[in-house]
Amino acid sequence: MSEVKRTPLYDEHIKLNARMVDFAGWSMPVQYEQGLRYEHDSVRNHVGLFDVSHMGEIRVKGENALKTVEHLTSNYVEGLTKGKAQYSLLCNKNGGVVDDLIVYCIEPGTDYLLCVNASNREKDFNWVFENNLGAEISDEGNFWGQIAVQGPNAYELVERIFKNFKSSDLKNFEFLPTTYNSVQCIIAKTGYTGEKGFELFVDKKEAAKLWSELLDKGKDLNVTPVGLGARDTLRTEMKYSLYGHEIDDTTFPHEAALSWVVKAGKKDFIGKEPILEAKEKGYTKKLVGFKLIGRGIARQSYLLFSPDNQEIGVVTSGTMSPTLNEAIGIGFIKPEFAKIGSEFNVQIRGKLVSAVVVETPFVKPS
Amino acid sequence: MSKKYIVPEENYYTKDHEWAYIDENIVTVGITTFAQDKLGEIVYVDLPEEGNKVTQNEDFGVVESVKAASDLLSPVSGTVIEVNDSVMDNPGIINDDPLNDGWLIKIEMDTEKELANLIRANEYIKLIEKES
Repeated sequence: MSEVKRTPLYDEHIKLNARMVDFAGWSMPVQYEQGLRYEHDSVRNHVGLFDVSHMGEIRVKGENALKTVEHLTSNYVEGLTKGKAQYSLLCNKNGGVVDDLIVYCIEPGTDYLLCVNASNREKDFNWVFENNLGAEISDEGNFWGQIAVQGPNAYELVERIFKNFKSSDLKNFEFLPTTYNSVQCIIAKTGYTGEKGFELFVDKKEAAKLWSELLDKGKDLNVTPVGLGARDTLRTEMKYSLYGHEIDDTTFPHEAALSWVVKAGKKDFIGKEPILEAKEKGYTKKLVGFKLIGRGIARQSYLLFSPDNQEIGVVTSGTMSPTLNEAIGIGFIKPEFAKIGSEFNVQIRGKLVSAVVVETPFVKPS
Repeated sequence: MSKKYIVPEENYYTKDHEWAYIDENIVTVGITTFAQDKLGEIVYVDLPEEGNKVTQNEDFGVVESVKAASDLLSPVSGTVIEVNDSVMDNPGIINDDPLNDGWLIKIEMDTEKELANLIRANEYIKLIEKES
């Protein structure tokens, strides 16, 4: 195991007395002084800043860029125009998910930026490199810092920093390459919380300055730094997938409710045939959101049982929802139990606790 | 980096970060200030019922923060004679006041001999200095 890596914002976290943890080989803030609930609520009600510089960026350029990204990812890349981004998947040859990612179209046909999970940076880069169809591929992970600005006040805060920028100029999943303090920057209207907001890519040289300026200019907007703890509760409330929980190398996209980013009718890509075959055979499990009726909190890998005590699934993520103050969970369950209102039990430390499938997202953002 | 935690001298401690206050044969149990700080905001507590038997070093319940669950280990063997219902309804009390209002259960202990397996404040302070 190599040394724990630091993002360009490491010193800022220390100054803010963050509680640092080792996450996927990175020293990251799990929470700051005021705690997870405060941070979570701040994002739902005001605005929060997240250091997401540990995420990976892979640049794919050249005349074979489109062909390569189309081959590697499940969503339809040719449909992307300049300045548009899309959620997508890298699938393996068996149709399992290597990772989920966002594809940013910088120049249609010839220039794409892929933003991937921190925990998969190396695996993804190697996968892209091995399956390259003649594009120029470079790892830009050590070039970019990344700050997510999320919450109802995010638009106003970002407009205060970028003087000529209007949030209304971008729709969701659109982005604008620009500069910050004369270095490269990308303002992308994307996020992982369900709230309004942006992910700001910035040359790491100026990342700490941008972070401080966001905190400083957002004081009257109640801006707060947010750690990985609240990042997870926020995404769980939205039922957004997280690699290693809802998706992994053995899960088909349709099982994880991600068919909407698989455009098998429009294109070929790695994993397409096995995915189509599996879908043809029918679902063996479905991903659902549930609430506990009984007392407890469902955690990853806890088993699900039918009312007549048959094992019917497994929890992929679970927490106490800070917004709802209810125990919520996400899990794979046999299709016959996947309907809204379907009741089953979660085994929590040997005890069966009743639960019910509910509509998701669990929380409707502002 | 190292914080100051309140570790009352009169209590006994487990290496798993429970405190035990002994009054004759009645043992009041809670988690230490160090434990509540490490756990973060506690959102769920599961405790035994009055009359249940508990065994030294075996779990008698659980405290959970948003992020993780942590088993509670009993400092002594005996019978649960009282349960703090208010922390079941409002687990945040454990964060606010782990040593007083945030107590968890009272146990009528089977034998004082088991106290020899617990550690005292000075040893517990050394333990948390190592862990923090």
